[in-house]
Amino acid sequence: MSATIESPRSGRIAPQYRRTGGSRGNFEMIAWLFMRLSGVVLVVLIFGHLFVNLLVGEGIHAIDFGFVAGKWADPFWQFWDLTMLWLAMLHGTNGVRTIINDYAEKDSTRRWLKTVLYSATVVIIVLGTLVIFTFNPCPVVDGVPLPGGFCPA
Amino acid sequence: MTAETAEPASKIELPAGVGGGGEIPTFDVHLRVRRYNPEVSEEATWDDFHLTMYGTDRVLDALHKVKWETDGSLSFRRSCAHGVCGSDAMRINGRNRLACKTLLKDLDTSKPITVEPIKGLPVEKDLIVDMEPFFQSYREVMPFLINKGHEPTKERLQSAEDRERFDDTTKCILCAACTSSCPVFWTDGQYFGPAAIVNAHRFIFDSRDDAGDMRLEILNDKEGVWRCRTTFNCSEACPRGIQVTQAIQEVKQAILSRKI
Repeated sequence: MSATIESPRSGRIAPQYRRTGGSRGNFEMIAWLFMRLSGVVLVVLIFGHLFVNLLVGEGIHAIDFGFVAGKWADPFWQFWDLTMLWLAMLHGTNGVRTIINDYAEKDSTRRWLKTVLYSATVVIIVLGTLVIFTFNPCPVVDGVPLPGGFCPA
Repeated sequence: MTAETAEPASKIELPAGVGGGGEIPTFDVHLRVRRYNPEVSEEATWDDFHLTMYGTDRVLDALHKVKWETDGSLSFRRSCAHGVCGSDAMRINGRNRLACKTLLKDLDTSKPITVEPIKGLPVEKDLIVDMEPFFQSYREVMPFLINKGHEPTKERLQSAEDRERFDDTTKCILCAACTSSCPVFWTDGQYFGPAAIVNAHRFIFDSRDDAGDMRLEILNDKEGVWRCRTTFNCSEACPRGIQVTQAIQEVKQAILSRKI
């Protein structure tokens, strides 16, 4: 079994090493910067969230449907949770995108994983945003309030 | 390696053990070398060699002993053999080092010493890899002085402080130990790699150079500095002790401060 070995110094570069289509624009720089800035903001948001939910007042025992409903009646917490949702989702998505770029070896694998990732991100962000703004603890269907026990009859 | 020819008698009497009078201790090493020969097989295999080496010997000496006395087909690169030319970067016991700067006595000789080609570049034979992709990235960052001013009659003067700014990155010998230790480079070989960034850094921060902006624009590519994950493999691998990761971070900051 013999293989033909190309003559050295022919200046050829194995095709898989050739960089195709240089990306102009600053997307990677902005993504890098976003990771750092959102990370700092998320530390404040998440520890604030944990502190208010788990430590203040009755702490963890106070958490139920009514607790969440009460929080989202306040525009401040709506804003807090919305910011947290968006930043955490984008931060996490960008992190996983980076991991896919670093570890997926084939372009087709990369494309598939990213499609799944972006779809999941869009669904969660849209759904989460919708819930934060349209959350109604006492829905009334056909004039009949749904049972729950949290709402004034 | 037995010294048959006697040294001429020294004119100065030295007691044994002083000034090189003592005998150099010997020990046995088990060398395990990754072999690949595309003319024989597409599969790479491990070859074992048992050698008696001296306390002053380096991994390169062990490879020489194998090539010169046991198996002449063993292929590896080396030129100066003194840590300056950067030819003999290889993966010794899983770490990228120069074979000519790694003393056998500093390794764990109770276990086999593994020697592999550097990772991430196509292996050509045994320990020889195709360096062309590595040098292509190096060429792309324009590693030469570009000065748009008038040609001076003598030299281009620079203050000691300005020279100090990029002193660390002038030490690079292009051995590829850093680039081939980088996990991001291993995946697809698209990343410019630490070595190219280090050599760009050397000119970006040179006060005499006028093309820093061009180099920063090149490294702002999606395969440029932003793919660095600061795992510090490169700084650890560098046989010249260059703070590679720090240099990459400085280039990132330079791009950021230019854009914002």
